[in-house]
Amino acid sequence: MRRLLAVAVFLLAPSPVGAHAFPDHSEPRVGHTLDASPPAVRIWFDGQIEPVFSTVRVENADKQRVDKGDAAIDPRDNTLLHVSLPPLPPGRYRVFWSVIARDGHRTEGDFSFRVK
Amino acid sequence: MTRESLLACGLVVMLVAVTLEPAYGHGLIGKRFFPATLATDDPFVADELSLPTVFHQKLRGAEDTPPTKETDVSAELSKRLSPDLGISFGGTFKILDPDSDKTVSGFDNLDVTLKYVFFKSAEHETLLALGLGWGVGGTGNKRVDAEGFDTWTPQLFFGKGFGDLPEQLELMKPLALTGVLGLAVPSRIHTKTFETADTGEVDVKKPLNPTVFQWGFSFQYNLQYLQSYVRDVGLPAPLNRMIPIVELALETPIDGRNAGRTTGSVNPGIVWFGRYLQLGIEAVVPINDDISKNVGVLAQVHFYLDDILPQIFTWTPFHGVLGPTQPR
Repeated sequence: MRRLLAVAVFLLAPSPVGAHAFPDHSEPRVGHTLDASPPAVRIWFDGQIEPVFSTVRVENADKQRVDKGDAAIDPRDNTLLHVSLPPLPPGRYRVFWSVIARDGHRTEGDFSFRVK
Repeated sequence: MTRESLLACGLVVMLVAVTLEPAYGHGLIGKRFFPATLATDDPFVADELSLPTVFHQKLRGAEDTPPTKETDVSAELSKRLSPDLGISFGGTFKILDPDSDKTVSGFDNLDVTLKYVFFKSAEHETLLALGLGWGVGGTGNKRVDAEGFDTWTPQLFFGKGFGDLPEQLELMKPLALTGVLGLAVPSRIHTKTFETADTGEVDVKKPLNPTVFQWGFSFQYNLQYLQSYVRDVGLPAPLNRMIPIVELALETPIDGRNAGRTTGSVNPGIVWFGRYLQLGIEAVVPINDDISKNVGVLAQVHFYLDDILPQIFTWTPFHGVLGPTQPR
């Protein structure tokens, strides 16, 4: 019975180590409008990600890159990908990310946020 | 750094990059995740196991059969042979419980399906595949009406996510549509049966085995897509990995006495997907009372074998180990 429970926990666990990564939440939140420019974009994944091929960039409405180009995985939390931002003028911005999980699978996606 | 070290580093990076090439296998096209559907086949090739799929419904009686409660317990194993070619084997154990007769049970015919994905567009979250189904006649039990002849079903599968809709329709972006169109052609046009009357006369019957147009669709609203790519509405687990779904599973004979008469069901339900398995449950609502007047139920546990043990389950004869097929 214990073995069965262990298997069930393994299979149903939402964030086991070693499986590929899926976005969990982010700052700024997906699709939200902010009162002020955020200092950075942070995306937390539900699994560990590899630093070498994981990237994130931020573009403005004119498709010009606006982030500081220092995208990195947090050394204390390898589920967190972040990039710094300069003060952003009001407008709509889109975040493009691409990560490689520990099992070698790539995931990519994008989302937008607004600055008032 | 020496030239040799640089060369070695470059080679390692190239090798890793090649190894990490994403495989757009079942369930993922672009950033769109499609779950395995319960009542209709999805358009992806995969390394997966449905075990079990359970169906229960009370069927209406006919001239020579009483109303019957049917319970099916099925399993299906799917295996990729290459990144775009897959094969699956499915079996069903049927339990038929007639109102005024004793219960009978047995295996239905083995089903084998070969599927090839021939078009993929990550940008438009679109995928097309061709399939060939083979209902292997004579492998099931006649007690549960398993046919003694083969059935061949050429199929066209499609999947389309609506993430490419304009921003004004952003709340429609989590929507997706999958479907399958197939023509089930029996290998034997007539099945000859003999009935001996009380007078001793032998009556030979040759009912037509109809060719049947099989068509099915699924409409999905992916809450994970909504949260991750469109708008974070703050859904907690497990809601953030749920996909409300409506499936239509329909059949229309194109010849025989029921030609043109469509039967089937509309199945509203929900799918939850984790990293290693998904759980799904649907109500089976008949579209008319030809087969049943009662709402049935369809439930499934579906394992992503490629994610559980990728080194074993994603091995292919000509392409080696493919690796996991998708992020879940």
